[in-house]
Amino acid sequence: MTEIMGILMQIKPVLGAFLCLVGGVLAIIGTVGVLRFPDFYSRLHAASVIDTSAATLAIIGMMLLAPTWLIVFKLGVVWLFLFLTGPTSSHALANAAHTAGVEPLIGRRNGDDEGADS
Amino acid sequence: MGYFIGLIVVLTGLWLGLSGLYKTLILSLGVVSIILSTILAYRFDILDREGSPYGRLPQLISYWAWLVVEIFKANWVVVKACLRAQLDINPALVKLKTCCESDLARTVFANSITLTPGTVSVTIEGDKILVHALYEEEAHPEAFEEMDRRSRAASDGGRA
Repeated sequence: MTEIMGILMQIKPVLGAFLCLVGGVLAIIGTVGVLRFPDFYSRLHAASVIDTSAATLAIIGMMLLAPTWLIVFKLGVVWLFLFLTGPTSSHALANAAHTAGVEPLIGRRNGDDEGADS
Repeated sequence: MGYFIGLIVVLTGLWLGLSGLYKTLILSLGVVSIILSTILAYRFDILDREGSPYGRLPQLISYWAWLVVEIFKANWVVVKACLRAQLDINPALVKLKTCCESDLARTVFANSITLTPGTVSVTIEGDKILVHALYEEEAHPEAFEEMDRRSRAASDGGRA
């Protein structure tokens, strides 16, 4: 039993570092999406990848790397906060754009990144 | 009264978890601040089932676990859309009718839509939600039915 625990303790930092890395890669992918998508609303979708899965994976990775339970709890609170405020801010942005009369592009878009000017 | 106890328990847990310093002086300051926040919450009259929804925690947590799985599934679609060599998206505005009645249930539902990558709730008028989606074919109203039902059950079900 202690051997299994020992192996787990050895795997933990590696797994934590790996999850942090995956979270970082997802944040980069989200940034690429924000730069490539043609209009305001579709860019919001790319940004929501960052504040959901990238943040979640990075925080889980940090929890695995944390030295004490207190820090794990604090990271959990940070995650909860992000999960409650992230959608609120994206909704506020979308609602403001809608109220200001920004027209979304509708219909299929194929081919190169044309029209990436707004 | 239950709302008071719920708020005090949550505030105490939060304070203990965030502080980490357990000396008498610091602890007594914590007690004072918790009492002060409770009095303020009472004075502002925000202690109702929306200000202190901790009685529904089991339902909300089980809904949340389901939602996290959905979020990761939806993430995969958006990540693929971001990385495709040829840009290929099909944005659309969809109007949904929700069966949620209370404000709490509607907030939970609209926030869940926004949290799921690929869909953002734009405005709410009455029981209609305007949703912007990255792919029209994934945003037909039936796709949101289960989320609607579950968020209603999580925040209103049982006790109503």
